[in-house]
Formats: sequence, structure tokens, C-alpha cells
Amino acid sequence: MANKRMIKVLDIDLTNQKVETFRREDLAPYIGGIGVAAKLFAELVHPDKDPLDSAQPIIFANGPMSTIFPVVTKTVAVFRSPLTGEWGESYAGMRLALAMRMSGFQAIVIRGQAARPVYLSISDHGVRFKDASALWGLTVSETGSILRDLEPGRGHRSCIRIGPAGEKGVRFANVNVDTYRHFGRLGLGALFGSKNLKALVVHGERDEIIQDYAKYNKVYKEIYNQAVTTDIMDKYHGLGTAINVNGLNHLNGLPTRNLQQSSFEHAQAISGEAFAEQSLVRKMACAGCPVGCIHIGLHRREFGPGYDYESKNLSYDHELIFALGSFLGMSTQDKIYELIDAVEELGLDAITAGVLLGWITEACQKGIISEEQLGVKPEFDETKPYLEILKIIIQQPNELYQTLARGAFAAAQRYGGHEYAMTLGKTEIAGYHTGYANILGQAIGARHSHLDNAGYSVDQKLKNKTPEEKVAALIKEEKWRNVLNCLTICLFV
Amino acid sequence: MAKILHAKYMAKCIGCYSCMLACARVIKHSFSLTKSAIQIHTAGGLQSRFLADICRGCIDPACARACNCGALLPRSGGGVRFLSDKCMGCQDCVEACVVKTIRFDHESNKPIICIQCGTCTRFCPHQVITMEVKDDGQ
Repeated sequence: MANKRMIKVLDIDLTNQKVETFRREDLAPYIGGIGVAAKLFAELVHPDKDPLDSAQPIIFANGPMSTIFPVVTKTVAVFRSPLTGEWGESYAGMRLALAMRMSGFQAIVIRGQAARPVYLSISDHGVRFKDASALWGLTVSETGSILRDLEPGRGHRSCIRIGPAGEKGVRFANVNVDTYRHFGRLGLGALFGSKNLKALVVHGERDEIIQDYAKYNKVYKEIYNQAVTTDIMDKYHGLGTAINVNGLNHLNGLPTRNLQQSSFEHAQAISGEAFAEQSLVRKMACAGCPVGCIHIGLHRREFGPGYDYESKNLSYDHELIFALGSFLGMSTQDKIYELIDAVEELGLDAITAGVLLGWITEACQKGIISEEQLGVKPEFDETKPYLEILKIIIQQPNELYQTLARGAFAAAQRYGGHEYAMTLGKTEIAGYHTGYANILGQAIGARHSHLDNAGYSVDQKLKNKTPEEKVAALIKEEKWRNVLNCLTICLFV
Repeated sequence: MAKILHAKYMAKCIGCYSCMLACARVIKHSFSLTKSAIQIHTAGGLQSRFLADICRGCIDPACARACNCGALLPRSGGGVRFLSDKCMGCQDCVEACVVKTIRFDHESNKPIICIQCGTCTRFCPHQVITMEVKDDGQ
């Protein structure tokens, strides 16, 4: 589209409150997304320093096709993971890729540490470092409400922020993107917190003229029609990723009760079908995606006697239903919503939070950690103790909680119980217990995610093939997904 | 009777912005949402509902009445025709618009006028926005 491509990089130094922009033609061969972010990370990371050292960079990148083609909606974040100490890579949708495109930056680098809490207002007219002291300590949703009023760019902007978990350095704190999406995995939120960075609001009003209109319009229409009028995206728009709950359960692949089981007797009640029929209220889309896979459910809760009710619109997906549902033995949607609400407001990665709670439950049952240390007695299918534990993990009042705030692998290192700490590459597992290809895929994949190479799909599609063929399929898929991730095309995460 | 743009079914909107992209792309040959005559935003954050700022296709359009250089002409069935060459960039139409949905493009020094072409409706995956004959009670 553009004849001479170059990547415009915004480099933000929190320590000195200075910014610089670089026009990097040399980055063009890396395409964008993960390619560009990986290259910048290699240039800027300090391998000898702690992941939370102020010198460590956070890098965001979108791709050349972001927003202007259907389903190209992701922004990648690359960082040294506070959870694993290793490669940190996470994707989020909603409006961020759009806002970056309209601000004119294909990559944003954030380094250093602010002297006091700040948030950044980034646009095509520069970067402002703004006082966030009044926002520090606030939940994710409150922070969003306030920034919405403080910042310009309604409808075209993106607001990404951390909750109390990131501020307190919980190693699996996430970064919320526009309320309903997240840089979920590997602890980017803790890195924000360590930099005294509460939020980023990105917006832009730049014009960008289409070079070859006729050709572009034709290709756009083709892809749009594929996404909207054919059935290829039906499952994502219809039930969303939650369609997998029943399917996996039938395959005996739905991790249940800390993976003591791989099928769940209450799966039907918490399936995508049940959620849709009983509590789905609307669907939403990331900017530029006509599919609309984001499923929003209504959680209604009685908070006092005399019919006092509150309600909240919460986003649900397969991973949340697995991690905060079947994995913890949760038998009803309401219980899952309670836990989703808590991780959303605190700003925790839902998968790690759920898998860690699973380990805590089993570790407590086996007596390697005590009810006294925990302050509550965790039990599958009981939300109250879990909600309490999540809150205390933020505060970390004792050594046990300080350890738990480092994730399930660190907890098992300290207290034992590795055999039931469901981690691969120090990262808590995703919700697909389909077989060896899934486990191998998560173990060897760059970010230890089921999305690296779709091992879960290899397990099903190449069921009767040899192990060599499965390994070859994993490698092939991982390479291809790297191309997709350079282009920041959605993989439905 | 010519049809005009309606946004009656915003409760079904998923916020995909395909309409805005379509308007900017087809009419302005731009990737930028700022060039779109239809603007989608939320009432108060993404937990709230989506709203559409659109030209309401007035039968006797205030913007055309305010235009003294002949760039905006009433269109039969509602709305206006925009003769860009005649526009001098006074912004009186922006001021005059009853529902305040005309935005001004400082780069081209012209207002962003909905020409009621219906392109946006062809890229709405849920028929949230539609082209319908204006029912003004007359």
C-alpha cells in the first residue's frame, strides 16, 4: 500500500519524561506486530537485569493492515515477563490498534520509571505525562470511567490501564484494554505498576490517504463478505469461544478441579450454549472487525435485603469459563461471573488466577499450606474463599501470599506440590486438555500459550497420525502464526 | 421518494466501525475514521450503549439554509447535496446543524457532509443502520 514502508516508533522515557520518534526503514522487513516488537525488544532488553528493573522496555506494535482490513485488530505487547522471567508476549484487541494507527505510530516503546504515578496521553500531537496519583489504587472500571472524562478522542481512542494488582506487583497482573479485552498473560500489569504507570490513553485524528483505492476496495469487500456472509466465522459470532466448553467436555479435554478430572459434570450449565441462552445480552467487536465475537453477559446480584440488586455487564470467553469455572468446580454461571468480576476489577490474568486457585485448593487439601496461613478454607465450587484469596493476593500480607503473587510455579517451588501445579514453562495452562500435541505445543511455544501453534487442534485433526507428523504440524503452524502475528490478524484470543 | 439514513436499531450495534471505515474509504478515499460522515461512539464507555451521530436528513435542512455560497442544496426526500467546489469553508453549516453532526475537516477546509448514499449501510453486519424513506409525519 505505502510505497516506501517505514515503521514510526514512539520512544517514551518515563524517568526523564522525554519522548522521541524514530522513522525506521530498517524495520520494514519485519512487517509489523510481533516481528517489529521482537526486533525492538532485542535492541532494548537488559538480559542481565530483573524483569521489573526500570530499564526494561515495554513494546507495543500494530501491523500494516491494522483496522483497515476486517479481523486485523490486534496489538502485540512484548516485554520480559515478571511471571516467568522469560519472553513475554501478549495480544489485545478492541480499539488500541485503531488508535495507534490514527496516531501514526506503528510501535510504542515505554522505558524507565516515573517518580510518581502517571498516565500517558498519546496522540498525533505528542505525548503528555499526566499525574495519576488520584487514580492510584482504583479498580480497572473506575479508572476507565475517570479517564473517559479527562481525555479527548471519544469513539476513536483506546484506554488501557491496570488495576490494584498491577500496582502491587502481582506477577500475573494484566493490562485492561477498553474494558472488555486484555493483555492478559505473563504479567504486563506488574511491569506497568513497577514503572508507576497507571494507564495509556491513545488517540489520533490523522488522515491517511488510500493510494490505490479501486484495488484496496475490492480486496476489502472480498474479505468483508467472507467474514460476514459465509459461515466461516459463524462459531465465533454465534456462541463465541465459549462454544468450546461443551465440545472439549465431550472429548474429555476440559480441565476440571485442578485437572483432577478432564470432564465436568456441570459442563452443560456453564457451556457457551447455556451462557448464551441465560445471560448473554449483547455482542461487541474490536474496531474493524465485523465478526463481533465478544460476548457480554448480564450478571445480576442481590447486594442487600429488600430486593436490592446491582447488575454488571461482563465479558465471558472459553478461557474464563475454564479457568474460573470448571477448573475450580464452579457449577453455575453466577459463580463464574462473581470471579470474572473480581479478576476484572483487580486487574488479574483470569487464566493464571484460576489455575493458581486450583493449586491452592489442592495444596490446602493435601496439607502443604494451611488454612491459617491462607485465612480462609478454599473449596471447589465455593466462590467466597476464592474471592477473599484474590483480594489478599493483592495485599500480600504474609510470606505465603507474597509467594502466591508470583504464580503457581513459584508457589510449588517454595511449598512443593509441583505434580499438581498446572504450569508449562512456568505459565499456567490454558483450557484445552486435548492430548500430547497441546502439552508439547504449550511447552515449546515461545509464549507457552495454546495459541502459539494450536496443539489442541493438531490433537484433534491429526489424531491417527504419527508423533513425527504431529511435531511437524506444530512447527509448521507456529511459523505460520508468526506471520499472522506480524500482521496482527486476530487468532481469537 | 429518495431514502435517507436511519439508525433505529442501535441496540444491535456491535461497534465494529465497518460503517465508518466504509464512508471514509468509499467517499473520501481515506483510511481515517475522522473523514467519515457517520460517527459511532458510546454513550458513556463500552459498558454503555452505542450511539450513531448521523445526518438526520431534514426535509428543510438548516445547514442548507445557512449556506450562502450554494454548496449545500436540499435534496428531495431529505438531506442535502454537497457541491464541494462551491464550498468556501465558512463553517456556518457546522453551526447550523440542528443535531450537531456536521464536523469540519480542517485539512481540506470543507465540512464532512453525509450525502445520503447508503454506503455505510451496506457494510453493517447487523442492519443496525438502514436507508428508509423519511417519515416526517406530513
